[in-house]
Amino acid sequence: MSTAHVLLGLLAGGPRHGYDLKRAHDERLPRAKPLAYGQVYATLSRLERDGFVAESGQDRDGGPDRTSYELTDEGRGHLAAWLAAVDPPAPYVNSEIFNKVTVALLAAGIEQARDYLVAQRAAHMGRMRELTMAKSAPGASLGDVIAADYAIGHLEADLRWLQTTLARVAAMTTELPKDVTT
Amino acid sequence: MSERSALLSGIGIARSYGATPALRGVDLAVGAGEIVAVTGPSGCGKSTLLHCLAGILRTDSGTVTYRDQDIGLWSEAARSRLRRTEFGVLFQFGQLVPELTAVENVALPLLLAGSGRREARQVAAEWLDRLGVGELAEQRPGAMSGGQQQRCATARALVTQPRVLFADEPTGALDALTGEQVLGEIVRVVREQGTSVVLITHEASVAAYADREIVLRDGVLDPTGLGLGVGR
Ligand SMILES: Nc1ncnc2c1ncn2[C@@H]1O[C@H](COP(=O)(O)OP(=O)(O)OP(=O)(O)O)[C@@H](O)[C@H]1O
Ligand SMILES: [Mg+2]
Repeated sequence: MSTAHVLLGLLAGGPRHGYDLKRAHDERLPRAKPLAYGQVYATLSRLERDGFVAESGQDRDGGPDRTSYELTDEGRGHLAAWLAAVDPPAPYVNSEIFNKVTVALLAAGIEQARDYLVAQRAAHMGRMRELTMAKSAPGASLGDVIAADYAIGHLEADLRWLQTTLARVAAMTTELPKDVTT
Repeated sequence: MSERSALLSGIGIARSYGATPALRGVDLAVGAGEIVAVTGPSGCGKSTLLHCLAGILRTDSGTVTYRDQDIGLWSEAARSRLRRTEFGVLFQFGQLVPELTAVENVALPLLLAGSGRREARQVAAEWLDRLGVGELAEQRPGAMSGGQQQRCATARALVTQPRVLFADEPTGALDALTGEQVLGEIVRVVREQGTSVVLITHEASVAAYADREIVLRDGVLDPTGLGLGVGR
């Protein structure tokens, strides 16, 4: 799970409190799901157990959210290894859209798949327009722009796949395919 | 966009090339200041639609209305004047005149519209500045990158402050980042000017800059955007 690595990355700049880490995470990854505090503390205690971070101090009031953490040498090495490691390029297809279209074609037929795709395409285009506006806004930071780029690139890939799939299916509609996946 | 408030609209536009029907009855309306993307696969009729709307091609049937006037009824001379004064056109490959410098290219539409030489040059230079290529004023197109040429071509298309810009794949020949920068500049300037735009593209990420998208398929509008079961 990369939340742990993101936290290590945020600690590379110096010690931080859990609360601070949550805020920095949400700010740096503006298109990610915001972290829950519980998740931050759970992740920190796992990282501490594995020796990647260590407590570096307590504010006077004490309490878990007043404890600050810092990277250990081991943590620094672990982070560097993660940053250098090449990820397996898309080993599995894990997409709700892909699953739904496949199942619709199998179980409900082309009409159903098309109705879904028409609505999905409109939603994708709407989202692309929002993201495009967000990244062209005058005050957009580099973080905003690259996060929007990432999301737009994936929406674009989905749209291209939707369109190509339908063109393929359309070419086969004369004899309704029983199973388009084989 | 209702017909009434449309600046430019087409109703039932049909156009063939010999026996090949390129458009088979297309309706669309573009409001003042609105950016409308026209998308669809190769050969679906996008460029033909743009040429009909811009009064470059005559339609076989249907009407093109600009500011409540049917421009199909106009003489060739009147349509040509309309194109020079109210419309701007931008193509995939800038189509700058290779023998002329950037500033001379941009000044051209002003000279054709009757401006004096000095004034035309000065306004052209300001437009090059606005598109971020002011320092290339004395360069010829051959010495510029594709992105720089498209910025000059954009300046040339907008220098007469047209009410409608027709852009046919304006960033289609550029890499993704350069294309985005050029498109960003085009959109910024037309928003400032309140210019309407008909933006042809086959890329969803380009269409996302528009207020609205219409999809063509085999010469007709495809309301689903997906090209299934329409006109077949
Ligand atoms: N000058 C011409 N003479 C004959 N046929 C033409 C001419 N221009 C276009 N066509 C035909 O008309 C149809 C529509 O062409 P058009 O250029 O409008 O498509 P397009 O959507 O702009 O395609 P692309 O995305 O490839 O630019 C195509 O079948 C094309 O072959
Ligand atoms: Mg074309």
